[in-house]
Amino acid sequence: MNRLSGIFWSLLFLAVPVLGVATFAVAPAFDIWLPKDVSEHGKSIDGLFYFILALTGVVFVGTELAMFWFLWKYDAAKAKGPATYIQGSHTLEVVWTIIPAATLLFLAIYQMNTWADVKMRRPAMSPTVEVVARQFEWRLRYPGRDGTLGTPDDLFLVNDLHVPVDEDVLVQLKSMDVLHSFFLPNLRIKQDAVPGMKIPVWFKATETGQFDIVCAELCGWGHYKMKGRVTVESREDFDRWLEAKYAAQESTQPEADPSEAVALAN
Amino acid sequence: MSIASSSTTLQTEATHQPLQRPARKPRPVAEFLSTYVFSKDHKVIGLQFLFSTLVWFLIGGLLALAVRWQIAWPWSDVPVLGKLFAQQGGQMAPEFYTMLFTMHATVMIFLVIIPILAGAFGNFLIPLMIGADDMAFPTLNMLSYWFMWPAFIAFGASFFVEGGAASSGWTSYPTLSTNVASSPGAGWGQTLWLLGLTMVGVSSMLGSVNYMTTIILMRAPGMTMFRLPMTIWAMFITAVLQAFALPVLTAAGFMQLADRTLGTGFFSPEGNIVNNWMQATGGGQPLLWQHLFWFYSHPAVYIMILPAMGMVSDIMTCFARKPLFGYRPMVYSIAGIAGLGFIVWGHHMFISGMNPALGITFMVSTMMIALPSAVKTFNWLGTIWGGKIQFTTAMLFALSFVSMFIIGGLSGIFMAATPVDIFIHDTYFIVAHFHYVLFAGTAMGVWAGIYYWFPKMFGRTMNEFWGKVHFFLTFIFMNGTFFTMHILGAVGFPRRLADAYHYETFHHLQPLNAFMTWCAIGMVATQIIFAINFFWSMFYGPIAGRNPWNANTLEWTAPSPPGHGNFDFQPVVYRGPYEYSVPGAEKDHLMQTDPPNAAAAALAAVH
Repeated sequence: MNRLSGIFWSLLFLAVPVLGVATFAVAPAFDIWLPKDVSEHGKSIDGLFYFILALTGVVFVGTELAMFWFLWKYDAAKAKGPATYIQGSHTLEVVWTIIPAATLLFLAIYQMNTWADVKMRRPAMSPTVEVVARQFEWRLRYPGRDGTLGTPDDLFLVNDLHVPVDEDVLVQLKSMDVLHSFFLPNLRIKQDAVPGMKIPVWFKATETGQFDIVCAELCGWGHYKMKGRVTVESREDFDRWLEAKYAAQESTQPEADPSEAVALAN
Repeated sequence: MSIASSSTTLQTEATHQPLQRPARKPRPVAEFLSTYVFSKDHKVIGLQFLFSTLVWFLIGGLLALAVRWQIAWPWSDVPVLGKLFAQQGGQMAPEFYTMLFTMHATVMIFLVIIPILAGAFGNFLIPLMIGADDMAFPTLNMLSYWFMWPAFIAFGASFFVEGGAASSGWTSYPTLSTNVASSPGAGWGQTLWLLGLTMVGVSSMLGSVNYMTTIILMRAPGMTMFRLPMTIWAMFITAVLQAFALPVLTAAGFMQLADRTLGTGFFSPEGNIVNNWMQATGGGQPLLWQHLFWFYSHPAVYIMILPAMGMVSDIMTCFARKPLFGYRPMVYSIAGIAGLGFIVWGHHMFISGMNPALGITFMVSTMMIALPSAVKTFNWLGTIWGGKIQFTTAMLFALSFVSMFIIGGLSGIFMAATPVDIFIHDTYFIVAHFHYVLFAGTAMGVWAGIYYWFPKMFGRTMNEFWGKVHFFLTFIFMNGTFFTMHILGAVGFPRRLADAYHYETFHHLQPLNAFMTWCAIGMVATQIIFAINFFWSMFYGPIAGRNPWNANTLEWTAPSPPGHGNFDFQPVVYRGPYEYSVPGAEKDHLMQTDPPNAAAAALAAVH
């Protein structure tokens, strides 16, 4: 009877690695997995994700199996004679300190380049668009025909971001009120928008299509509905869209006093 | 048998300290108040902490269920709770949802995990396990419990003030938290939240100085630092962490309070207008709060796990009948976690707008803190290797702590990797990670501790069969709820959204979330078994005796439950806490108080 309970509990602990691996193996079949990546840097982020998944997966399965085996084998109902009297092992301590330390250090160094590409090596260009987050929308400001932000011909839009494909895009991210986070799941981009700060965000989209913009930092009761769309399109389509939007905005403006427009833009 | 005899011999040898006081006029009300309410006895205070935190554990669990309900079936009528709170019929308002997850985390962290580990177990176990008659400062100790009450009242009352309780997340990031117009809960709810937090801090600080003093100065004769059980080492290092980290949180809390009420601008930039309301003069920085908050709250993560690690180490050695594998490495790795714990706070801020070069520094220190955790895991595995494992309820919970901590530790590496964190930051991946550490880890450790020390607390053992049923169901439902969060996080499913299914990326995830919610409901329902077992065993469980588990440490030499003053003899310590299955010894455990000649004689007889 006692032995049966030992078998039962060891098998329960065996279920942890078995079902754990099974969950990760089955999830992609139900599309519960990394969303499609359409960015240039996303490949190295996803690659790193898979690398860490493999590494931690091996450690996970190894340690959990060891645990199962010890429970199975050293069940008091089964074991003959007393427990092994051992205080520890200096050699083992050294081994299981050095190997993880080396692995972790390697992992730390290995990922630095990707991080620098995404967050530190900013492309030398003027911003493609300024994104200003506020409760609960994404306000967009394109530089207009003169290519410079902060001039009277700037184009103002909400939640409808368009960017050209296969080109560096530089976003200038601001917040008007509280913290928000500019999250583009398919472009593997996430950056908090902080009131009082201008934060550059850059990426290069590799495929055309329409994707979600999600707010990933709690910004109040309407946080869940702070939804935008990003449209990645060819340079021609992008220019055509920009021109159409620009014309629409111009047509609604009466002959404005230029000085007033400047004040407004700033 | 042998324990009773050894303690009686000691009792006659040691200078007997009379514990009876001169007779006084009976004053039943005053007696009752001083014994059970305003008690200065560390054991009563420990139990006061235990009962209070278990009540809040229930409240926090119900808040979690309400959160899960909205995630699984957004905008559907909420059963029971819907009639009490929600404004739109039985439906949950989004601001109510933000309040729920804010208060779930706040209650679980500040009113359950920290006080149940340090307050309940720390108080109950420290004097007993080091052989002291009480804490160094009994009055401070009493105050550390009673300072929790202003916090209980502030957090509890905040649900009923205008706008509801705090709703800017348990991290309370400005300017959402500092501007009173930013959300409904940012009014009185947030102010009460800050006051409650400060009171929890005062309580922890009073406990912390007391624990450090007691452990350093009041150990029994022969109890050297390296003969302390791991539980005490963990409590000691936790107390040090609290003493160093808490002042920063208190200062930050006061700054936020001043921003909200006095018009200062520590955390608001110039001209910051939220919802058409300008709160402060400006000139501040929202990131400053994040630095100060995480400078406390990252060490607090270790405050929330180290004591459980210590308790689990003691329980595993007892039921594997083996010495702890690598006692000193275990101590050093706790110290290493605590030391490194002070220089990793920035990993909460990789994408916060902090200088990305600084992110690299924090990434390296964060990778390194995985190392002592790995060492601890390997040593736990070494401890059960070659043992004689008894599958008691306490042991099962302790084993599951290790098994689940492996998952929680490994998933941390994903977030520590800065480029991967860009994608999974603030998604369900991090929610999975910290629930594996804090629920599947710490809460399992707490249950292990309750089942293990219950006989010492109440003189009776809990029912083993129902204990195992409780363990089995909790274990299954817990993994059903939390393991699936990993794959949800892999899709990028963001946390804290009242309804994410209108996004193309996440619209297909509702069935999975419904499954998780069913598991969560099962997990909370399972605790009914625990509650019944707990209270039934308190009164009707089998009488335990001094040492029901044949364990070695000092608390098992005292009566169960120990009277005021703990020991009925002066304990003298002759050896470390883990002398199980010593070759040649007549029984399979040598208690710390067993005189050395018994062991020496036994060894001599063999050779």
